[in-house]
Amino acid sequence: MMSVREKRQSATAEAVRSVMKRHGRWSRLEIGFWLIAVAAWFLLPGEHLILTEIVIFAILALSIDLVLGYAGIVTLGQAAMYGVGAYASGLLSIHVTGEPLTGLLVAALAGALIAFPTSFLLLRGADLTRLMVTLGVAAVLHEIANQASWLTGGADGLQGIAIDPLFGTFEFDIYGHTGYAYSLVVLFILLLLARFVTASPFGYSLKAIRDNPLRASAVGIPVKARLVAVYTLSGAYAGIAGALFTQTQQFISLDVLSFQKSADGLMVLVIGGTGYLYGGLVGALAYELIQDALSSVTPQYWQFWLGALLIAFVITGRDRPRQLINSISARISRPRQPGRLDAVTVADKGKPT
Amino acid sequence: MTAVTLETRNLTKTFGALMATTDVSFRLEKGARHALIGPNGAGKTTFINLLTGVLKPSDGSVMLEGKDITALRREGRVQRGLVRTFQINQLFAGLNVVESLALVINEREGQGWRWLKPAFDAPGIDDEIAGLLSDFGLDSVFDQPCSALPYGKQRLLEIALAVACRPKVLLLDEPAAGVPEADRKEVMSRLAALPADVSILLIEHDMDLVFNFANRISVLVAGALFAEGSVEEISKDQRVKQVYLGGAAHA
Repeated sequence: MMSVREKRQSATAEAVRSVMKRHGRWSRLEIGFWLIAVAAWFLLPGEHLILTEIVIFAILALSIDLVLGYAGIVTLGQAAMYGVGAYASGLLSIHVTGEPLTGLLVAALAGALIAFPTSFLLLRGADLTRLMVTLGVAAVLHEIANQASWLTGGADGLQGIAIDPLFGTFEFDIYGHTGYAYSLVVLFILLLLARFVTASPFGYSLKAIRDNPLRASAVGIPVKARLVAVYTLSGAYAGIAGALFTQTQQFISLDVLSFQKSADGLMVLVIGGTGYLYGGLVGALAYELIQDALSSVTPQYWQFWLGALLIAFVITGRDRPRQLINSISARISRPRQPGRLDAVTVADKGKPT
Repeated sequence: MTAVTLETRNLTKTFGALMATTDVSFRLEKGARHALIGPNGAGKTTFINLLTGVLKPSDGSVMLEGKDITALRREGRVQRGLVRTFQINQLFAGLNVVESLALVINEREGQGWRWLKPAFDAPGIDDEIAGLLSDFGLDSVFDQPCSALPYGKQRLLEIALAVACRPKVLLLDEPAAGVPEADRKEVMSRLAALPADVSILLIEHDMDLVFNFANRISVLVAGALFAEGSVEEISKDQRVKQVYLGGAAHA
């Protein structure tokens, strides 16, 4: 015979298991999102260039989400890794091989190689220090690229990039047909990997660090080592984004290392919302649409309105997109498991503090 | 003689000219229910920070189960079984109760670097979490975010997170601080039910809780050990009454 206590405990264990099972499940919204992205390849052949740009932006923002949304590191220097990835893949294509997948790999390594030593500079300081260090590293690299014009082409940009056809078959055409399909697949793989990482013990330790580094270390989490690891991983992601830019544009200028690039990446992520992986995608899409709409309405002042919108958006609550997505997601999932957890999360996040 | 789990030898910490901790040699016996008391500013927090590795001592050493851990980092001490709770709740605001406990258990089991495996896959983790939830009366709120819990439940989770580390030595920093009267009893009974083989050092202002919980008391005054003895000895000690109990009554 089970005691009352034992019965209760096994009921709790059952409930705990059901909560655990819900973790990491693909939501219908997520699946729908990918179906639309794939459908866009078939239905919007005239928009592939802009869609490619959005996807690359999304990967850059995703790389920022890994450090900001999951580990709580604020950064204004993601362009450092993005730019180095872009140059690395460009130089590889000129001097060694134009094979695109090798380029991605080399760019990922280059991004990680920059991120790894930088991460040690981020361990001591608080937010302001981190902003300045990331900003500073990107500025230094920008100037190095500017001065080393024998290698990078300096202010004239890197000329002569030639990318081989993908798998020896698919040429990178000027309409971006190959580029969009290629970038989208890379984004999907990177997002899939990020999904695994954020749902792993490592990923949860990052969230613990983000929420409370003091407590994280008090339950045995090696905070510094974990931050080094995730920043390095994020550097590899940013490097890949840079390589995609190089390979689809076949031209690089110093802009890839610019402050503007870092700031745009951060802005896109904030528009889409941090800490749920899709923020970069949603944000990049929204950013392009807003930019497109504004520039056709007021071609001269669109940046003014973009700035104003951004301010209004952050003031009214930058968790809104995520809440909206959570609630849509809860609505279109079957109500078999009442979304008690989601409802509570949303209600809590909505509270003005 | 009973075994000593945690020991400090001539532990000293100076901040400039200020002696925050002065030559403290302290022993915590295995399975102890030991309270550390002292007036405000006596250096209790500094002492805890020295034990847990937040601060480096200027002199002296900290030993856990006979091994010198003075040079060990915070997380290294936790992995060896020296775990603390905080006076002010330190929870993972964005995570729910189950997630918080799961990540602590994963870390304890050395799984923290696994980056492609789901966090809830470890065999038996569900039953262990369920056990902790019922031990600490958290079953009803298991899927709620930590930040949304009522204060009393947050306090219990604060302790549950530490217990999930399977500590050998548990440092409880004012566990009943700020708990509303209605929930006090629960917190105190949960504390009383902690496993007997865990050695506990309780840092507390509340004399009621100290006398109920502890069987041994050390008094810290101006960074130095002022007195130590059984509950009875300390409660009768005139000097202690003067510096501490008397002082507190006027505070």
